Amino acid sequence: MPKIKMPKNSPSIDMTPMVDLAFLLVTFFMLISQFRAEEAAVIDMPSSVSDLKIPDKDLMMILVDKKDHVFFTITGQETRKKVLEKMGEKYKVVFTEEQKKEFSNMASFGMPMSQMKEYLAAGSTERKKLQEKSNGIPTDSTACELCDWVYYGRLAAIKYRVAIKGDQESSYPTVRRVMDILQDKKVNRFNLITNMETGPTE
Amino acid sequence: MAEVNTGDDGGGKKKHGKKRAKKSSTRIDMTPMVDLGFLLLTFFILTTTFNKPQAMEINMPVKDKIEDEKKNKVPAEHTLSLLLTDKNVVYWYFGVADPSKPLPSLTKTNYSKDGIRKLLITENNKRHNAFNQIEQWKKELAEKKITEDEFIEKKKVFHKQYAISSLIVLLKPDKDSNYKNIVDALDEMAICNIGSYALLESNDLENQMIANANTYK
Repeated sequence: MPKIKMPKNSPSIDMTPMVDLAFLLVTFFMLISQFRAEEAAVIDMPSSVSDLKIPDKDLMMILVDKKDHVFFTITGQETRKKVLEKMGEKYKVVFTEEQKKEFSNMASFGMPMSQMKEYLAAGSTERKKLQEKSNGIPTDSTACELCDWVYYGRLAAIKYRVAIKGDQESSYPTVRRVMDILQDKKVNRFNLITNMETGPTE
Repeated sequence: MAEVNTGDDGGGKKKHGKKRAKKSSTRIDMTPMVDLGFLLLTFFILTTTFNKPQAMEINMPVKDKIEDEKKNKVPAEHTLSLLLTDKNVVYWYFGVADPSKPLPSLTKTNYSKDGIRKLLITENNKRHNAFNQIEQWKKELAEKKITEDEFIEKKKVFHKQYAISSLIVLLKPDKDSNYKNIVDALDEMAICNIGSYALLESNDLENQMIANANTYK
């Protein structure tokens, strides 16, 4: 009696196409994703129908968060370094080369100049704690540090676009104050960053 | 496997049969590589953000002291003031709030489709059919009948032609309003094709009017 023959083809299936596709997708996502340093503030932006794109480069941005704390950031490592140096000169704070480098790689920050050195020297968890404790960059007219940041930012890179990124719940007087500072520094055209909204809703 | 094959050994075997290919499989186990591949895939999918934030551009007037006579006088009957206050409430009135005259009455509305937008569209249409006219050009632009430049040019000419007789909206957020309200209001300006609008601040009189309106509610 002949033996019953088991089917000869192997039970494993050819996974090559799947793997190919997976790697294709990996490549795709790797190429399009861009990493951003962690923002100091969580900001929930309002939405608008405007379809103007905001550039990634050449941008000076002022952030206003839920608690009305003001943050500042500017793109370009060289520009950042220059701005920090100028600010250091004005506020008599001497930064080490290391701290300058740290600053140029950072995202937005909301620290008064008096705490800046401490902030730059701290580790990332320390920094978060410091950020939580601070009240953002001072904007009041007696000690307007934001004015100086904007001023030296403009000085370092005049062609930069200026944008305000505010939280939905940030109060109007704070935003108005930021706009006033910008106007004082002769920035009369700026952008308000919003999320996309598809057509007129509600 | 590790020993060196000598000539005789192979030769000896040759006598008996065909030369055999080595039996070990040519396949390598690719499972770890694939695992890693999928891990990376998941990571990149989760970390990628696709939608870039949008921006609206806003032009503020140059902040120089202008003498009162040189200031642009806006005709009162075309001036609509929107007072933005807390809880997403908007009050509006036409004309000027002058303390020496009876104060204009405030009407309460909100940011919904039937609120402020309806008002703006009707008022804008009352003056030279402005909303419908621009909306039509927008449609033509979408259908590619006119180019973007032509559209902008047409709009410019239209606004210039009716500069003093078209609707002028003054946005006056008070201290209780938030940033979202301003963005919403500016957005409505864009949706309702308002040619001229300005972002101002509510004055004391208007704050008083809002307070009064809130108490009679």
